Amino acid sequence: MNAEHAREVAAAEFWVYLMTDLIMFSVLFACYAVLHTATYGGPTAAELFSLPNALVETLILLVSSFTSGLAMLAVHANKKDRAMAWFGATFILGAAFLVLELKEFHELIVDGNGPQRSAFLSAFFSLVGTHGLHIFTGLLWMAVAMVQMKKKGLSTFIVSKLERLSLFWHFLDIVWIFLFTVVYLMSRIA
Amino acid sequence: MGRILFGNLTWAALPHEWFTVGGTFALTTVLAFIVIFLTRRKLWKKLWKGWLTTTDPKRIGIMYIVVAAAMFFRGIMDAAMIWIQQATSVGSSQGYLTAKHFQEIFTAHGDIMVFFVTMGLIVGLMNIVVPLQIGARDLASPFLNTLGFWLFVAGAILINMFFVFGGEFASAGWLSLPPLAENAFSPGTGVDYWLWSLQISGLGSLLGGINFLITILKMRAPGMTLWRMPMFTWTTLCSSALILASFPVLTMTTLLLWADRYFGMHFFTTDFGGNPMMYVNLIWMWGHPEVYILVLPSFGIFSEIVSTFARKRLYGYSSMVLAAMAITVLAGLVWLHHFFTMGAGADVNAVFGLSTMLIAIPSAVQILNWALTMWKGKIRFTSPMYYFLGFVALFALGGMAGLLLASPAADYQLHNTLFLVAHFHTMIVGVALFGIFAGMTYWFPKVTGFTLDEKWGKRAFWLWLAGFYVAFTPLYILGSMGAQRRLDHYAASTGYQPFYITASIGLGIMLLGAAAQIMQLAVSIRNKKKLADVSGDPWDGRTLEWSTPSPPPFYNFAIVPEVRDRDAFWEMKEHGRVKEPETYQDIHMPANTPLGIYIAGFSLLAGFALVWHITWMIVLGLAGAVVCVIVRSFDEHTEYVVPAKRVEELEKARIAAQAQARP
Repeated sequence: MNAEHAREVAAAEFWVYLMTDLIMFSVLFACYAVLHTATYGGPTAAELFSLPNALVETLILLVSSFTSGLAMLAVHANKKDRAMAWFGATFILGAAFLVLELKEFHELIVDGNGPQRSAFLSAFFSLVGTHGLHIFTGLLWMAVAMVQMKKKGLSTFIVSKLERLSLFWHFLDIVWIFLFTVVYLMSRIA
Repeated sequence: MGRILFGNLTWAALPHEWFTVGGTFALTTVLAFIVIFLTRRKLWKKLWKGWLTTTDPKRIGIMYIVVAAAMFFRGIMDAAMIWIQQATSVGSSQGYLTAKHFQEIFTAHGDIMVFFVTMGLIVGLMNIVVPLQIGARDLASPFLNTLGFWLFVAGAILINMFFVFGGEFASAGWLSLPPLAENAFSPGTGVDYWLWSLQISGLGSLLGGINFLITILKMRAPGMTLWRMPMFTWTTLCSSALILASFPVLTMTTLLLWADRYFGMHFFTTDFGGNPMMYVNLIWMWGHPEVYILVLPSFGIFSEIVSTFARKRLYGYSSMVLAAMAITVLAGLVWLHHFFTMGAGADVNAVFGLSTMLIAIPSAVQILNWALTMWKGKIRFTSPMYYFLGFVALFALGGMAGLLLASPAADYQLHNTLFLVAHFHTMIVGVALFGIFAGMTYWFPKVTGFTLDEKWGKRAFWLWLAGFYVAFTPLYILGSMGAQRRLDHYAASTGYQPFYITASIGLGIMLLGAAAQIMQLAVSIRNKKKLADVSGDPWDGRTLEWSTPSPPPFYNFAIVPEVRDRDAFWEMKEHGRVKEPETYQDIHMPANTPLGIYIAGFSLLAGFALVWHITWMIVLGLAGAVVCVIVRSFDEHTEYVVPAKRVEELEKARIAAQAQARP
């Protein structure tokens, strides 16, 4: 395979992978939809979730999506240092998101509202936690990609990898939008 | 200290029952023999370089089939143990198995046969045939292919690990339905082994699905439009699409069951608001498409065989493709028919009953098309054709039984009876397995360079067919009499025993069929000079795989063929376009990589550690796998070049050898 064809094939494969990942999330969403009222006498979504915290998380993630977009613009303009800087910013934002999420989890667990408390909380922790695990994976990947970019420059091989990384990051953003809506916003109407 | 080092694994968990001690002994003996053999013949290096680290789909396909054949042996033993118990355990006799052991065996039979036999054989054939059929030299991602294979092997090892390392097999049925599979009712390690085995091999299937889908969409030879693809390639495409749509559901659902068991969550528990029926819904959203993942490729295989041996173009090609696609879509819309008795209400049951019955239409379209392909054809009755005819009879029988079960009213009576067991065995044995047998006979010369012995092939066919009827007709009757599946003991007054005994005799006949297949292989190897396939085209084939020599060179095609018709190779033969090229070009081929084995090895370690709650080993396994992936991501040189001159040498040598071998 020549480099261009390889890049095209890898991109197609990655899109398909993202769709399968989306199906995994859809299972979690379905479980949350079924179980969100199954509190077994424990606290409900409306009592537990802080909207301001979730809003800050959302804004951080959206901004990180924007900075990863800027990073890719720099990549395509062949500006390595600028791309490094924007990916660095994306990394910091992603890490900040993860810290906020872990803080929320920690507080819930300390208050005795861990995933073992009720089926509702099992579904909540699994759905939000799986997204968090994806963010963690994305951060690990970003760190590796930045090392690769620094060592090897912006060759087709590296650019192809960065394209997939940014796809992954935007994908997680989209999933979070649904998550924010279904878990946090809808806890107020229920 | 012991807990930190070994988690829940204690001396008491190690093998101590007759079957685990026996299993340990048998496995270590076989392994020792293999190791001694390889060391004596100095074959380790050859094995490692030529096979274990290869990215050549033809070799990976063969390895899939070898592993699946070994698991087939295990699955058949399980079947025999089930039926011997059922034939003897009546009235005051309790049979030779404890209830718990019996449950483990029927669980093992189902899981092994579906995940590691049928899936393995089908994916093996896809690996061998699909690149050749579409005029490609390799798959879209050769690395994902070797990784997928080794994850499949890791899954197969993990589910059998209890034999040697202790624990037990799952005993909650092949799908481990909760609440039975929850900690409260299955506190042992069986379900955990099951979970992680499926998790690891399921990841392998998912990678395979992505790989085949993109290979078929992106790697076809010039001129091969979608509507010129052979049927086996089409059904592989459909099957891959189903894998992509359904395996993520299996992965996530089993992960949630694991979350219940490992972290004490409450997705499917009976208390704390859990909902066991949600698991049943989710697992069948994977489980029903899985059936079609297994049978669709068989439809493709039979389409190839019928048109080749009737020496005619496949009749109604486009309706055949549409039928396969219709089945693919319908496969995702019928899952609830596995549990009409859940009581979702008449409306819901009616919808799913009707959507199930709709599948009969594309199925019938296929049967009619095959019949019309044979119509006025010059039919050669080779053993693949025998399997085809047997398949038509069984497919019709199983399909009719399926239609009956699709009616919720009838299903309330037949649910979980042996009628259902007979129905799906008709589909898996009569459709999937017969297709695989036919396909293996058909493509055997392509892989090995000699055809299989026809006489023994036909004997094997008759034994399998007769054995099947003798074994499963009684099950249809027993089911109609109300016999539940998975009974380890029943009262003499039920009158079941004669039927169970007949079924066991049927299994004996099928075992003779398997023995005839082994005999066929042995006889063919002995006569391989006489059965040699010199031309590469022993059946006067129609599709591109027959344009290559048998066995094909590692690069498949010296020059990528140009396709002008649906029956690409037939058109080349008709228009005299089959000739050796005058000039050759450089060929880019994927290099070997051991990382597939390493990643699968670390996953196996992590899986084992997760079963026994050994934290340090879980971390080691996961970290090892991640590090391997990162190492791979740094590697730019995953391909190497075969210079045009070398290709020319190889091709010239091959042509000379063929000329010499021709009578």
